Amino acid sequence: MTAQVLAFYLFAIACIAGGVFTVVARNPVHSVLWLILSFLSAAGLFVLLGAEFVAMLLVIVYVGAVAVLFLFVVMMLDVDFAELKAELARYMPLALLIGVVILMQLGMALGVWTTAEGVVLAERPDSVAGVGEHNTDALGRILYDKYFLLFQLAGLILLVAMVGAIVLTLRHREYVKRQDVVQQMHRDPSATIELKDVKPGQGL
Amino acid sequence: MQTGDLSIILPEIVLSVFAMAGLIAGAYGGRDRLGPAMIWTTSALFAALAAWIGLQGAGTATAFGEMFTDDAFARFAKVTILLSAAAVLLMGKGYMARCDLIRFEYPLLIALAAVGMMVMVSASDLMALYMGLELQSLSLYVIAALRRDSVRSTEAGLKYFVLGALSSGLLLFGASLVYGFAGTTGFAGIFEAVQGRAPVGLLIGLSLVIAGLAFKISAAPFHMWTPDVYEGAPTSVTAFFATAPKIAAMALLARVVYGAFGGIVGDWQQILAALSVASMFLGAVAAIGQRNIKRLMAYSSIAHMGFALMGLAAGTVAGVEAMLIYLVIYVTMNVGAFAFILSMERDGAPVVEISALSLYSRRSPTRALAMLVLLFSLAGVPPLVGFFAKYSVLLAAVEAGLVWLAVLGVIASVIGAFYYIRIVYIMYFGDEESELDAGGSTVLASFLVVSAALMLFGLWNLAGIEGPAAAAASTLVR
Amino acid sequence: MESIILFAPLIGALLCGFGWRIMGETAAQSVSTALLFVACVLSWIVFLGFDGETRFTHILPWIESGSLATDWSIRLDRLTAIMLVVITTVSALVHLYSFGYMAHDENFDEATESYRPRFFAYLSFFTFAMLTLVTADNLVQMFFGWEGVGLASYLLIGFYFRKPSANAAAIKAFIVNRVGDFGFALGIFALFFMVDSISFTDIFAAAPDLAEREVAFLWTTWPAIELVCLLLFVGAMGKSAQFILHTWLPDAMEGPTPVSALIHAATMVTAGVFLVCRMSPLMEFADWTQSFIVYIGAITAFFAATVGLVQNDIKRVIAYSTCSQLGYMFVAAGVGVYSVAMFHLFTHAFFKGMLFLGAGSVITGMHHEQDMRNYGGLRTRMPYTFWSMMIGTLAITGVGIPLTGIGFAGFLSKDAVIESTFAGGTDAATFAFWALVVAAAFTSFYSWRLLFMTFFGEPRGDRHAHEHVHESPASMVVPLAALAVGAVFAGMVWYKPFFGSEQKVQEWFGIASGEKHAQVLLIGAARAAEEQNDASGEDSGSGAAALPGQGAIYMAPDNSVLHDAHYVPAWVKLSPFFAMLIGFALAFLFYVRRTDLPAKLAANQAPLYQFLLNKWYFDELYEHALVRPAKAIGRFLWQRGDLGAIDGFLNGVAMGVVPFFTRLAGRAQSGYIFTYAFWMVLGILVFITWMTIAGGQ
Repeated sequence: MTAQVLAFYLFAIACIAGGVFTVVARNPVHSVLWLILSFLSAAGLFVLLGAEFVAMLLVIVYVGAVAVLFLFVVMMLDVDFAELKAELARYMPLALLIGVVILMQLGMALGVWTTAEGVVLAERPDSVAGVGEHNTDALGRILYDKYFLLFQLAGLILLVAMVGAIVLTLRHREYVKRQDVVQQMHRDPSATIELKDVKPGQGL
Repeated sequence: MQTGDLSIILPEIVLSVFAMAGLIAGAYGGRDRLGPAMIWTTSALFAALAAWIGLQGAGTATAFGEMFTDDAFARFAKVTILLSAAAVLLMGKGYMARCDLIRFEYPLLIALAAVGMMVMVSASDLMALYMGLELQSLSLYVIAALRRDSVRSTEAGLKYFVLGALSSGLLLFGASLVYGFAGTTGFAGIFEAVQGRAPVGLLIGLSLVIAGLAFKISAAPFHMWTPDVYEGAPTSVTAFFATAPKIAAMALLARVVYGAFGGIVGDWQQILAALSVASMFLGAVAAIGQRNIKRLMAYSSIAHMGFALMGLAAGTVAGVEAMLIYLVIYVTMNVGAFAFILSMERDGAPVVEISALSLYSRRSPTRALAMLVLLFSLAGVPPLVGFFAKYSVLLAAVEAGLVWLAVLGVIASVIGAFYYIRIVYIMYFGDEESELDAGGSTVLASFLVVSAALMLFGLWNLAGIEGPAAAAASTLVR
Repeated sequence: MESIILFAPLIGALLCGFGWRIMGETAAQSVSTALLFVACVLSWIVFLGFDGETRFTHILPWIESGSLATDWSIRLDRLTAIMLVVITTVSALVHLYSFGYMAHDENFDEATESYRPRFFAYLSFFTFAMLTLVTADNLVQMFFGWEGVGLASYLLIGFYFRKPSANAAAIKAFIVNRVGDFGFALGIFALFFMVDSISFTDIFAAAPDLAEREVAFLWTTWPAIELVCLLLFVGAMGKSAQFILHTWLPDAMEGPTPVSALIHAATMVTAGVFLVCRMSPLMEFADWTQSFIVYIGAITAFFAATVGLVQNDIKRVIAYSTCSQLGYMFVAAGVGVYSVAMFHLFTHAFFKGMLFLGAGSVITGMHHEQDMRNYGGLRTRMPYTFWSMMIGTLAITGVGIPLTGIGFAGFLSKDAVIESTFAGGTDAATFAFWALVVAAAFTSFYSWRLLFMTFFGEPRGDRHAHEHVHESPASMVVPLAALAVGAVFAGMVWYKPFFGSEQKVQEWFGIASGEKHAQVLLIGAARAAEEQNDASGEDSGSGAAALPGQGAIYMAPDNSVLHDAHYVPAWVKLSPFFAMLIGFALAFLFYVRRTDLPAKLAANQAPLYQFLLNKWYFDELYEHALVRPAKAIGRFLWQRGDLGAIDGFLNGVAMGVVPFFTRLAGRAQSGYIFTYAFWMVLGILVFITWMTIAGGQ
């Protein structure tokens, strides 16, 4: 057993365990932490496959941004997960049954897995890329060339997501004071401050 | 990538650029004051694009390494989608204005959704399919929740989003299984790889892909979101949900099953037939209990999708043609019906209770009559066009040897006729005078009357859609 | 011209039925009557100018379905021409008569109800339907007319819709006719099944083939020709009220009297006879059915005459008389002398129509009293009516100078029937001969009884009614006079063509013969009307036997009855005359001389009297054997079958099962996302499991 194989099983087991504990953990904060473990393990698997770029994406985007955001949300929202889980527990036997059945069927399907004639499975991702080519280069080339349409469509999807977030949350309330930096900077004391010479004992 | 590819997707590019330009104009310009103008512009653009696409010559072209196909089938679907979207957008303007929902993003989101739908019906690659689907879905999630100060609307958006994510997950899982077998995501490649008998893994993938798409057309048992979303979303948005996206998803489903899995018709036929039966019966049975006309229309659309699926399940050219004709007629009827629902108001506030229609015929005879025609057509009563829609799919099913399916369809149709005709009964023989406003916008009234008139006068030649539908069907089925 | 005759009544019916609100009641009545008179005049022109060649007038294509191609066209031959005259004449006169008869009617509210245009519209519609029937050139068109007259009959019998008895009679007539029509329809189907055409031309041409063929029907095999003819005759039995299916005709007298005269005496009821004559090319090959027709006709003639002896309602007496006379016609048709059947039909239309109209005149005069026991001594009060009735009675009883050919219409035609029957020679014909002679005596008895009871003796019954008796208005008397002319002269004038020498008859009916016609048939041009006309025109008079389908009627080469009828013994020729004398003498004795005798006889022979008075208990028999079981079955199917099983099932589904599922669906729609997701996953599970088990390798 080479180190690589050992690392694969380590990461794979960690990944699945992370997933399981994400679901079963009582404390939602712990759930998020388990999720992060799962992400990290997956990133490790990608590294083993030679897909460093994807691995880094996973670490930076999912662990660094998404999961941390989750953590904040979970901490800020006072959701009683225990109650939700109790509700779910009622359906657990049925859900487990369904899960097991689907798992068995997928197992059967994988057990007799075949591919169509003429389909060659790539051994490693870098076997697809050119010799000596960095897989970031390869990804970039394929994204902007072969999958150009999809890439642009993905851009549109993100645009919609952004617009949606704005539409659903941004409100232009009247009578709300807003900070106008330019106005602040160009504020002229002479226009706003009036000096009055107040004589003692008289007032204004 | 070549410039030729770009010219093939030019309509989509135009629409996307318009949407982005509109966003910039809105953000830096007049904001929501631009709303009404934006709606008009978008509708006009939809109509113009529909005319442009419709007048394009025959022929099939592919772009971007066969990810995107422009053929008669896609053009037929695109024209229907764009026209119905334009109609619904115009119809909803008054309603949105009264509910203070005219945001300039609304028409632009619909435009982006339309781009998604156009990509969907042209997709000839699992990835392009997914991109189009998500672009459309994401826009729909947002506009479902557009009335953000209403709990129901936000709830609708959220439910739609969560369940939509689940269905996307199923779809992607299925797509990956298919990819695992075929080694390609292109439909043409899958078609080559999948001939005759297919392994279990591929069939599971196929089931999952169909399930993911069935969610989009709200076929039972993947329909559960439909009534809640239809009820919660603003009515004009509901009208949109009931029309264009249904065509897009149905056309996409047709493209997947024929384009990619045309070699194993017998396998997906069973799934589609089961979906069809479940949808027809659930739609018919569940609608009976509804008191809210929007929920009722939700179940109605479920039942109608069941009938459209029947045409698809036939697995023949005639079946696809019947399905396309069914969809066009269904959309026309729904445009009219929603024009009526949008005009249901009491003291200027929208009303959705069916009981409010009591004796509406006395208050507004013309509208009641037009709605009567539409409801009878929806129910499939013979002299009207709606009957011929049902007849064509039933015929296709029978000719394909699925007699049992056709028989069940007829039974479901009989059950379903009840709730349509009950509305007619309430409108004409209710027990108290309707308190709905008699007036209403002329735009809505004209859409209602035109749609009803089409149900009557479309009998001649079905308004000429048979020819294009037949051409579209024959390009799809290999 | 035939088209005008055919459609004038229809236009009249439409104008009168729908246009009277615009043009007023009287104008509407006048329009329909005037159109009828136009049709009548044209019919006489056609009849007198007709040369015996069959003519076809195509009007419009009607039904095309598979090999069934039906055009709406008029077949004009001698049969049609005769019927045209009969129908339009009687109908026109009845229209005129109805002006007077329907002027006042206590069954309707004069002020608010406009029943007269409706009545006239129905009459005109009936006329149109009847003309369609007789001008048909194929069976489907004929069936259309057949049902049209049935409908008109139903509407007119039930014209007094407030009277339950009228409604019951209308329904009875309709239902009994359905039995016959069912047979007729089956006959048409059978013909189409075997010949693959319903055009008369094709059917007649195929008659010799049919005679060779056999067909399976019900549980056994039949000779095709016998089956077809029997089924067609069943239709004729229903329409012409023959024995077994006769019960509706007396009850149909519930309708206004002009209706009885037009429909239930002169025209519609003779449609059956017309059908048999029209189908003569088939009938000639069906020996067994012909015997059957003879038996049925003879029994009817005898049976109806016996019942007529004791009836007291003036219209019922005449109704049974009609029934009886129809039996005569069928006997003549059955023995194969169709011309004689048509002869009797022709004369009968005049004198029977007149008797009915006369009876109607009496009834109006007596303020709607119909019981003859309350009449008497009306001779002086209603002279015109009396004399017309007298002529009618002389005609129906057959008064004339024996062996000379001089006499009233009925004398000549009835004697022709009886002589032909004797000449028929078969067992059936011999039986029929005696039955008819006896029936002739009875006919004479009840006809004179009617006349004596009504017009002679002392006024009986309500004094008040008798004091106000008055002669009918001119509109009612004129038609009587016109028909009286027919009743006197119709027989003498047309004796030769109907019952003269064979050649004369053949010429009259356009029966051509000869080799040339056979050639025409051989080259398959039987359909082409003109060629056939040419052929028949050139060949008329030559000696060889005719083929089926040429000319109006067909008599097989071995059918020599017509010839033999002229050479029957003198006692045969005299027998009906003496039968008439016996009947007259008895009636004179019973109702003029010894008016106490009838009551004594009735008391002596109480069972027989009751038997006859109750019409051989046919209504009671049908009531117990058919109507009640049918009603019981109907009630069972209604209560248990329709309400219980079908409604129960549908209501159960609609109000139990579907709502149950609706509630279930409503409950599944919980509003929770996880429920929704659960259903989706469940759906996936089902599909995957299905795919794993059903599909795959």
